[in-house]
Amino acid sequence: MNLLGKLSWDAIPYDPIVLGTLAVVAVGGAALFVFMTLAKKWGWLWREWLTSVDHKRLGIMYIILAFVMLIRGFADAIMMRTQLAVATNGSEGYLPPHHYDQIFTAHGVIMIIFMAMPFMIGLMNIILPLQIGARDVAFPFLNNLSFWLAVSGALLVNISLGLGEFAMTGWVAYPPLSGLEFSPGVGVDYYIWALQISGIGTTLTGVNFLVTVLKMRAPGMKLMDMPIFTWTCTWANVLIVASFPILTAALAMLTLDRYLDFHFFTNDAGGNSMMYINLFWAWGHPEVYILVLPAFGIFSEIVSTFTGKRLFGYKSMVYASGAISILGFIVWLHHFFTMGSSASVNAFFGIMTMIIAIPTGVKLFNWLFTMYKGRIRLEVPMLWTIGFIILFSIGGMTGVLLAVPGADYVLHNSLFLIAHFHNTIIAGAVFGYLAGFTFWFPKAMGFHLDPKYGKISFWCWSVGFLLAFMPLYVLGFLGMTRRLNHTDNPDWNIWLYIAAVGAFVIAIGIAAQFVQLFLGFKNKDKNLDKTGDPWNGHTLEWSLASPPQFYNFAKIPHVEDIDAFTDMKEKGTAYQRHASYEPIHMPSNTNAGPIMGLLATALGFALIWHIWWLAGASFIGLIVAFICRAYASNTDYYVQPDEVARIENEHLDNVAKG
Amino acid sequence: MSTSATAHHDAHHDEHHDTGRNTTLGFWIYLMTDCILFSCFFATYAVLFMNTAGGVSGKDIFDLDLIAGGTAALLLSSITFGFAMISAYKQNKGGVLFWLAVTFLFGATFIAIELYEFNHLIHAGHGPSASAFLTAFFSLVGLHGLHVTAGLLWITVMFIDVAKRGLPDRTVTRLGCLSLFWHFLDVIWICVFSFVYLMGAM
Repeated sequence: MNLLGKLSWDAIPYDPIVLGTLAVVAVGGAALFVFMTLAKKWGWLWREWLTSVDHKRLGIMYIILAFVMLIRGFADAIMMRTQLAVATNGSEGYLPPHHYDQIFTAHGVIMIIFMAMPFMIGLMNIILPLQIGARDVAFPFLNNLSFWLAVSGALLVNISLGLGEFAMTGWVAYPPLSGLEFSPGVGVDYYIWALQISGIGTTLTGVNFLVTVLKMRAPGMKLMDMPIFTWTCTWANVLIVASFPILTAALAMLTLDRYLDFHFFTNDAGGNSMMYINLFWAWGHPEVYILVLPAFGIFSEIVSTFTGKRLFGYKSMVYASGAISILGFIVWLHHFFTMGSSASVNAFFGIMTMIIAIPTGVKLFNWLFTMYKGRIRLEVPMLWTIGFIILFSIGGMTGVLLAVPGADYVLHNSLFLIAHFHNTIIAGAVFGYLAGFTFWFPKAMGFHLDPKYGKISFWCWSVGFLLAFMPLYVLGFLGMTRRLNHTDNPDWNIWLYIAAVGAFVIAIGIAAQFVQLFLGFKNKDKNLDKTGDPWNGHTLEWSLASPPQFYNFAKIPHVEDIDAFTDMKEKGTAYQRHASYEPIHMPSNTNAGPIMGLLATALGFALIWHIWWLAGASFIGLIVAFICRAYASNTDYYVQPDEVARIENEHLDNVAKG
Repeated sequence: MSTSATAHHDAHHDEHHDTGRNTTLGFWIYLMTDCILFSCFFATYAVLFMNTAGGVSGKDIFDLDLIAGGTAALLLSSITFGFAMISAYKQNKGGVLFWLAVTFLFGATFIAIELYEFNHLIHAGHGPSASAFLTAFFSLVGLHGLHVTAGLLWITVMFIDVAKRGLPDRTVTRLGCLSLFWHFLDVIWICVFSFVYLMGAM
């Protein structure tokens, strides 16, 4: 028996692009290591951040993860676009099919699971507890564990770059292609375990935040008083809890097929591969609403803040989000109208899909009516919002078009579909996160991002998006299908060139994001947010210092209005000085989260490479670590009143000066 | 039932983390995610159970007498866990330990019967690789069996906990969660028994 399973020197891919990337990562990693060691920051990093159970710090770490994975996922994207721009007229391009196939698979998995999800969950982590007047989430340790499971999955995807290969199946990994017969390598196993581990973390996040919202709202805050971002996150969490177990089940079945010769989805012995596709989309469709609903919430907060008005149609916004959530569960079959269901089945799913446009339209009109006669401040978050309203509408309309089964038979798996879902996910979800990032950055970090580069980023993203994806709609109509490695149709070339240019314009937009971050840090002292309320905000997070006190609220506020903080400012009850404070009960940091994340990574890695002893050891380790954590003492402490008073008075002095 | 146990604990409402009430609600929501996991395996079984690939079907292999024995053991274990919870509310440590032990024995009996059945089928050439029907059957029943096994491990941990530290609020909350888990597995088993075994044997 081999102690390393299937792992050997052959696992390292001798490809100039991969080796170059690995070299850059190695140099960068070494530089970071040296810097951290020289600055003696390792202990600080471990104690203050990696083991933190503070929802605000976990949120920041989630967003860092999202940005790192954005770079990786975007590198894949730009390689695909350049490949397709050069691989025309008989040229093979520079990416051979087996590499190209891994790239489009990794691009999809990374952007959905390891970029968009961490970004969304990161913003939710930072803001949601603040908006409901809570001191933390319901289960702070579980929150830390969820983060580390997400990191664990991301690590596995990145390890696949240098050891072995990634799946060559597309991000959906449909069997029988993803079965052992047609994908005998480790690529699909990397896919399975990366998604499985991070998916379990996401399920735990959903449970955690639902309990937080149901049990930990400030006194006076009824459900219909919750800020709209909290509401849309809550709907997203309902969807997480209801849909992620389906992904877990589908992946578990695929695992059994691949590891133990089961026959769920195989061609022989009675397996049915369409069952996987049904299960996958029963998760996958709600998943896109998990991504976009919180973004809708972000836009709602921004529109009402930057027009200086109360959100138009708060209740209809809440119910529209609920309608989208429920409808999102009965449309999954529109991803495979071509499966060959009967006309009535396809008609049902087509009609349900079109109906989703109604609550979404309600939202769009609510935003427009909020802006109507408002005093609009065109700050960076508002630019993203207006860009979203225009561009997302295009994606919504092409979605309704695709929902017609007859049209879908023509457009299925064409670039029209690719254009459609990038239109909704980039112009919907990603614009929302970037808007929220600029909007809440001063709250989380205490200073502003550079607005000039924020605007440059917005314009490059918007123009780049149009250049990159509008040609794809055309190419879809011209008959170009997705996942092609090279083409030989001269009619397509011009559109492929334009799309490639668009990708480079988006690249400038991403670079501008990092420049605004860099300039923000560099000019930190000039851009400090001392009052904690830089935009004249409406909700409770703006009542705190920036960055917020680690215990959030010294005294839990009493809420009397949807726009709770506006209400307090109007009544003059904001920024009250208290003569005395109670001790505050806080959870202690714990190393159980990172340790369990590391064990989960080892477990996934061992299962991928069939290193059975390591799989067994890390699995037992996980159980033991969990039990130890369950019986750990010193899991909490009290902040003493004099310290609370000192921190509070410092903030209130700053507010008075500001 | 477990909510009433922890009510007095939360009477002094504060913002403490991980109070019993939060834990119980969180555990309920987790159980619902588990319920969806099971429903996926049920749905898959429904799709695949006729795909026997020319091999055996449920009628040929289900031994209802054996399964009735396992079912009885599991249902009885639910009652005995109920007795354990009554003892826990009364702060009767000895009672809790006794009934946990009895529950463990019933649960272990159930698992032993399941393992016997699986072993028997595999040796007769009806393992999970033989057909999509057997794949779906082994996975659904096995998933439930894995949950019961996890429950047995949890009972063991709680037994040691109660023996060492008695019955503080936190322990009673955790026993309440375990109780929810255990009864939930009973409900799932009733569905497995009805849909897989009874309907399959007809």
